Amino acid sequence: MTALLFRDAAIELGGRTILSNVDFAIEEGEFVGVLGANGAGKTTLMRAVLGLAPLAHGAIIALGAPAGSRNAMIGYMPQNRGPLASLRLTGYDIVGAAINGARWGAPRLSAADRREIDWALDMVDARAIARRSLNELSGGERQRLLLSQALIGKPRLVLLDEPLISLDPAHQKSVVDTVKRLRDEMKLAVLFSAHELNPLIHAIDRVLYLGSGRAVLGAVDEVITGPTLSRLYGAEIDVIRLGGRIFVMSGDFDVERDPHRHEGSEHGHDHDHDGGT
Amino acid sequence: MFEYDFMRSAFLASGIVAVLAGFVGFFLVLRGQTFAGHALSHVGFTGATGAVLLGLSPLAGLVGFTVVAGFAMGLIGERLSQRDVAIGMMLSLALGLGLLFLHFYTSYASQASALLFGNVLGVDDKALVALAVLSALSLAALAVLSRPLLFASLQPELAEARGVKVRLVSTAFLMIVAVAVSECAQIVGVLLVFTLMVGPAAAALAFTRRLTTAVGLAVALALIEAWGGLSLAFYSDWPTSFWITALSGLVYFASLVDWRRAAT
Repeated sequence: MTALLFRDAAIELGGRTILSNVDFAIEEGEFVGVLGANGAGKTTLMRAVLGLAPLAHGAIIALGAPAGSRNAMIGYMPQNRGPLASLRLTGYDIVGAAINGARWGAPRLSAADRREIDWALDMVDARAIARRSLNELSGGERQRLLLSQALIGKPRLVLLDEPLISLDPAHQKSVVDTVKRLRDEMKLAVLFSAHELNPLIHAIDRVLYLGSGRAVLGAVDEVITGPTLSRLYGAEIDVIRLGGRIFVMSGDFDVERDPHRHEGSEHGHDHDHDGGT
Repeated sequence: MFEYDFMRSAFLASGIVAVLAGFVGFFLVLRGQTFAGHALSHVGFTGATGAVLLGLSPLAGLVGFTVVAGFAMGLIGERLSQRDVAIGMMLSLALGLGLLFLHFYTSYASQASALLFGNVLGVDDKALVALAVLSALSLAALAVLSRPLLFASLQPELAEARGVKVRLVSTAFLMIVAVAVSECAQIVGVLLVFTLMVGPAAAALAFTRRLTTAVGLAVALALIEAWGGLSLAFYSDWPTSFWITALSGLVYFASLVDWRRAAT
């Protein structure tokens, strides 16, 4: 079954076209890496799937219904993680806040809610982590916790926006492996955005590459090629394969590793709290 | 000290206000909006002095003016209301206007001091009833709002995706903050609202790691600090507001100490 379908979709933000003529279909159980330079529209694309970024043209069908109408069955891990890193509250309370979070009333957890939290924590092996304060956790532990929160409501599609940001390679690998295992066990469709392809390359089924307002979905070997990326970046791009890893180069520098592109906002307006460029 | 009517009223009034301040302050600190609360209290000064000039009760002016300001801040959006220059300018403008209104009012000095630094011993029965009704309404509103408010405070973008009307929730919350600020101003004055609203909640969030404990502790600390300050003022004859700020400061700074490390 198709989990996510873009049909000639165009997304505009503040009068600027972010993406247009986007056509692709992602099947249930598929792990898709979303790549592209900053500002290419990775965050905007995910927000559009949730119905939070307006559609200027075409259609987005998520889990068989127009974008925004099945959000309860879509897990989401936003890039901007709010004030979490400085809080002393436990991870358990943070994960729990998402349960029926939109319902009016006092935040009380029923026995069934607690079972669901425990289940979600166990899925990513984060029970022990959840007992500790957020400000004592490492970046990798915090990501595991937020990943478990994205599983609340037993979603069939999850959108993970830059889960690898500011993690060291070992933690990056553990996050990618965990997501892959969740995909296998829950038959999830996964959209996973990242700056770099290499941490994902052994796990993803296909790659969705964004650039110049376009999106191309395909197998890594089809999409990550000189001609395709040159078209998406609007510049001459060389693709170098080296021992199972792929380097995307423009002239002299590695476009995915250029430090000036590492932090920053995806939107026209500022959604970024780290003060990056 | 309970043989005096004015002391009984003062204990009741500060108790009512402390409970509201504890609950509201918890969310205010969690959301990092403490300066919005500070700004609202200064706006309240304009409202209170304006009301006095028109022959109305200062509390009516405080509540009316701050609730409208809270609504406006909610509409403008958090990003703008957190800009320090804009807030700073609004604070001075509000205090300046209040000063102008007081200038036209005859019994200037005592009124000004009561508004700026509080006058809990001057709370009469009518004011007590008003405080109790406003508190009950605000707490009821906060109870209805608390689940989406908590979610939106911790993870605004995720909350939005899950269907929380983030703008509506934050505007409604700022209006509740406005009422709480007005009530606190009755006890400790517009300049010292921080001490009851922010101090106990910030300390509670530093002392404990559990959500429900933190909320309860914020309320308990606000009560202890308000009643403790009142008792100390009774026996020392120093101003109540001073004692409340002293206790609040003491507890807050104690919460910053890493006690496990200090013990070794």
